[in-house]
Amino acid sequence: MSTTTVSHLDKVKDGPWSGGKSPWNLEYGKIMMWFFLISDAFTFSAFLIYYGAQKFAQPTWIDADKIFQSVPGIADSGQPLVFVGIMTFILIMSSVTMVLAVEAGHRNSKQEVVKWMLWTILGGLCFIGCQAIEWSHLHHQGFWFGRNPATGLTDPDAIAAALQPYFTKEISYTAALQFSNLFFTITGFHGFHVSIGILLNIIVLFMTLNNTFERRGTYLMIEKVGLYWHFVDLVWVFVFTFFYLI
Amino acid sequence: MAHHDHIAAHDAHEHGEGMDKKRIWSVFFVLLALTALEFLIALGFVHHWGILQKGALVNTIYIALTLLKAYYIVAFFMHLKFEKSSFIVICSIVFIFIVYFIALLLIEGGYLLHHFNEHPLYPNK
Repeated sequence: MSTTTVSHLDKVKDGPWSGGKSPWNLEYGKIMMWFFLISDAFTFSAFLIYYGAQKFAQPTWIDADKIFQSVPGIADSGQPLVFVGIMTFILIMSSVTMVLAVEAGHRNSKQEVVKWMLWTILGGLCFIGCQAIEWSHLHHQGFWFGRNPATGLTDPDAIAAALQPYFTKEISYTAALQFSNLFFTITGFHGFHVSIGILLNIIVLFMTLNNTFERRGTYLMIEKVGLYWHFVDLVWVFVFTFFYLI
Repeated sequence: MAHHDHIAAHDAHEHGEGMDKKRIWSVFFVLLALTALEFLIALGFVHHWGILQKGALVNTIYIALTLLKAYYIVAFFMHLKFEKSSFIVICSIVFIFIVYFIALLLIEGGYLLHHFNEHPLYPNK
């Protein structure tokens, strides 16, 4: 007992009189991670549902094909979906490397866990980098929290000219503003989750290098962080559909 | 302590059965294929060839493909398919509230579109 590193919390939950037997054969921390992710899913759902409600309440909306059509370093316009496709691929790929790290953990193969965790962290960093490029591109065009390209203009013709490139149907200042606010809020909240995920991945990578899990005899912590990382990927699947496809 | 190890070991054992390397890559190719299909519809059928129009039909296809992708991520990458059935029910049944919330807010949004703008006392201009 003295040679193993188990947190105090885990020890408390050991006895049969303090819930020592798990009805689901799952470790306590893993169940709590699931419950946290469910509550987080509610938060993201609320954001995305509000986006839908706004879209339903406006007679017109920004055309995703027109606002997202640049590929940084390759084309400034005319390429809808290409850049976000690359981002989606990076995130799915990093989810795969994460699940490979979990699988390596089951075989107690430290070398492989380290290798796959490094790939996962790299994927996360690439995604955040793409997100930053996307944000700065939109910011450059005049979109930001509480702002759209026509903010500050008073002449109706100038407002129409500033917003025309982003609409297919009729132009609406309010719709452009709502789109701008919700885009930066939701992708920002998602990007924040990715950043936290990268941080957690780096922490468990160092714990692996430090032989912490080897001493514990289980790589369960990789699984718990992995659940979080897959959840981030899951949220992106929905953000991608509702912002970029529909 | 021994009991904790037992749970952890059992846990690892069960999951080891669920996902091996071959299975992981096959799930990856399913996700890749579904995403590629979305791109084919969006860039090919809608944008390039103009066979389909943006609208309810295409959006329904996108949402169906998205839910399918979500199923594969949750069931296989997050291992939920291999947990005990009572845990699966507990984690998924609460999303009834989300379905309800979607219906609620989209109906409300549609109502505002038709009634907010036409209100004679509070012109929304």
